[in-house]
Amino acid sequence: MTTQRVPVVEKILSANDQLADQNRRRLDEAGVFALNIMASPGAGKTSLILKTIEKIAPFHRLAVIEGDTAPVTIDADKITAAGVPAVQINTGGDCHLDAVMVSNALSNLPLNEIALLIIENVGNLICPAAFRLGAHANVVIASVPEGDDKPYKYPNIYRGIDALILNKIDLLPYVQFNPDYFRQGVKILNPQAAFFSLSCKTDEGVGEWIDWLSARIKRAR
Amino acid sequence: MHELAVTESILKIATEYASRAEAKQVTHLYLVIGQLSSIVDDSVRFYWDIISHGTLCEGAQLHFERIPARLTCQDCGTTYTLVDELTLCPHCQSDRVRVVAGEEFRLDSIDIGN
Repeated sequence: MTTQRVPVVEKILSANDQLADQNRRRLDEAGVFALNIMASPGAGKTSLILKTIEKIAPFHRLAVIEGDTAPVTIDADKITAAGVPAVQINTGGDCHLDAVMVSNALSNLPLNEIALLIIENVGNLICPAAFRLGAHANVVIASVPEGDDKPYKYPNIYRGIDALILNKIDLLPYVQFNPDYFRQGVKILNPQAAFFSLSCKTDEGVGEWIDWLSARIKRAR
Repeated sequence: MHELAVTESILKIATEYASRAEAKQVTHLYLVIGQLSSIVDDSVRFYWDIISHGTLCEGAQLHFERIPARLTCQDCGTTYTLVDELTLCPHCQSDRVRVVAGEEFRLDSIDIGN
């Protein structure tokens, strides 16, 4: 048997990337702006989505894709109760959403009737970073009680994002959290990302996030 | 946890290239993985042995080339390697730095037998 070296030079997740590009084209054709929201469990993904629905729904129609590792509909039920169509993806234990799952979910949503699609990724700071979904903006939510060292410990997730939301700032007086140290870590990794400090509980800072999002929804129409 | 999906992709790409070259067998795979790509080599190896069973790639060895994360300072031009934690520019303490290496995540080449 002769042996031979064959050059490949292919990104390992190129198949997922190609499908993510297809998802993006479907969204663009329908004029839908899509957000991929990533965070650790408990950072406030669902709270931020509900708050965003409250502020955006009077002006734009939207839908939500809910990624969960287990067949629980707690989050999807809250979204539906707020009057917004939600599709639940149960990843069957997988730690992230991928472009195939999102592609299937897109087929179950009235894309031509909505302006905004919010994709809630599985609660995890490592795996979702590797899998592009086709969303127009990748957003990470960090929260004050998680600690200010997260960009230093989970650098990968901060690299490809367009916006970073620091949630639960109402807890700053009670928790050891140095906002400057936190922001410095994010800036080293991703100087371009928009930064929002807010509290879904008190509404402080929520307006700036909604303004940023509204401008992008209008641009996509 | 996402190493299974990653390993499946590696197998799919290697099998495609090997079939195109009419290989009877794949003997080695050369992967290039940056420090900022969160992948655990041992987990990939573990899945590899299971999922490559009965394929062209059965028994093939995985080789990981690890690329350290490198940053360049936008203010003074210093390029430095991250040892552990993210750090400011060691020369001028600026936080205006840019990641220039460490995000590699690719299959570079395979060795095949005909």
